[in-house]
Amino acid sequence: MSLELRVKNYLQLNLSLLYWILIAPFTGQFFKIAPIFRQMVFIGVRAAPMVALTAFSVGVTLAMQAAHSLQSLGAEMYIPDLVMLTLLREMGPVLIAVIVIGRSGSAVAAELGTMKVSEEIEALEVMAINPVQYLVVPRFLAMLVMLPALTIFGNYIGIMGGWAVCRFALDFNTAGYVLRALESADTWDLYSGMIKSVVFAWIVITIACNAGLNVEGGAEGVGQATTASVVQALLAMLVTNAVLTGIFFFSG
Amino acid sequence: MPTDSPIIEVNNLVRRFGDRAVLDDISFNVHRGETLVIMGGSGCGKSTLLRHTIGSMKPTSGSVKLFGEEITGMKEREIERVRLRFGMLFQSGALLASLTVGENVALPLAQHTDKSPDEIEQIVKQKLEIVGLTGFEDLKPDEISGGMKKRVGLARALALDPELLFSDEPTSGLDPIMTAVVDELTLKLTHGSHMTAVVVSHDMTSAFRIATRMIMLGHGSIVAQGTPDEIRNSPNPEVQQFIHGRPDGPIPLNLSQEEHKDLQQVRPRPFLSARFRFHHKHS
Repeated sequence: MSLELRVKNYLQLNLSLLYWILIAPFTGQFFKIAPIFRQMVFIGVRAAPMVALTAFSVGVTLAMQAAHSLQSLGAEMYIPDLVMLTLLREMGPVLIAVIVIGRSGSAVAAELGTMKVSEEIEALEVMAINPVQYLVVPRFLAMLVMLPALTIFGNYIGIMGGWAVCRFALDFNTAGYVLRALESADTWDLYSGMIKSVVFAWIVITIACNAGLNVEGGAEGVGQATTASVVQALLAMLVTNAVLTGIFFFSG
Repeated sequence: MPTDSPIIEVNNLVRRFGDRAVLDDISFNVHRGETLVIMGGSGCGKSTLLRHTIGSMKPTSGSVKLFGEEITGMKEREIERVRLRFGMLFQSGALLASLTVGENVALPLAQHTDKSPDEIEQIVKQKLEIVGLTGFEDLKPDEISGGMKKRVGLARALALDPELLFSDEPTSGLDPIMTAVVDELTLKLTHGSHMTAVVVSHDMTSAFRIATRMIMLGHGSIVAQGTPDEIRNSPNPEVQQFIHGRPDGPIPLNLSQEEHKDLQQVRPRPFLSARFRFHHKHS
């Protein structure tokens, strides 16, 4: 498929998603709620253990590296600041998006791709059921809710990781760590991370669904589309992150 | 010949992929209550013709009318309205693997009607009974055999009581008894409920059993059409070769590599195309 056609397909999917979410409910074609919850469990709840482990490791690592550098300046008291801000602004949204791309994005691409090659998508169309409404909308809304939710959850666990290092390996007490961490961050640090993670959710799920729906050529095609969706989603997510960080923290 | 206007009117249908015309100037009508069997060798354009007739592919030129409405220029949302009036049975059954058998049959009802869950359950039971699969509601498609999947696909196609049924190879891959059962079912539906059916098939026994009219396709155009008797007695050597399944005759066996490439619409990798040069397209 040519690049031009791929971009066109992707934009078309986005437009049609917006139609089914924003316009169609007012013409009486309201999307069903139950499948959204089913997808939320699959995309979000089942990913929670992985997210927790990753976030905890990252929190611990951040605190250890910060301790190493800041101790030489005699500035250990700033370790909570560093852990908190790095997690809220950057590492939280990005790392959790990486986990969700690897786990849920690839699964969505493979699932829709398999449905496409086994004629299931065509069967839906022939039954006058729009595949975007029936398959993509629930996944999209589930992702849009669950990725930010997982990000908040991951931030929390990551900060606990930082706490574990400060409490058990350094001279912090729990209250000191918590107070210092809360003092360092303002609400914008949290909100900027949330905005990022909503944007990432959009990117990840539309790329995954688009890859799945446009699979060509059997099982091999499903494999290729899955790989491609992971690589494209990662690249798009990281580039967008750089742009958003620039807009949020380095402009004006 | 029934006097009412035809349910399907296909006029001068042409579809090109690149320079090659896969469908070349095809015209036919189907009237209410008829069972039309479209036959022809693998790769002759049967499935492509079917996909144009149901509006999932757009022709290069020509017109397709279903229930008197021109569908070639229709937008997706207008076609959906027409699609509610017909059912389609796919070659593989095309059941949604994530739903149970019962949920698959219930899907069109849940999406397109305001029926209560109890009513839907009742209809699902009844449709599964028609295809002889009572009690299979709670199994997943991968827990049942290929023939059963096809019958569930048929039950799903019938869920909305369509006036028109399309079947893509309804009997391929079924054992002779199952084939007879599916044929019987088709006959019962067309005779009993005055449903119209369009069946794509290369199973000749089954085709002659159910057809009231037949079309034979070859190289993208209609080689012969008529009643089963006319086809059986056709002087056309291609038709005779096909219905008797003779290896030698006027129908070319090998497609050249170029034709094969066009038909598949993919660029074969060089070593693959060299190795598979003498094979037919696998349908």
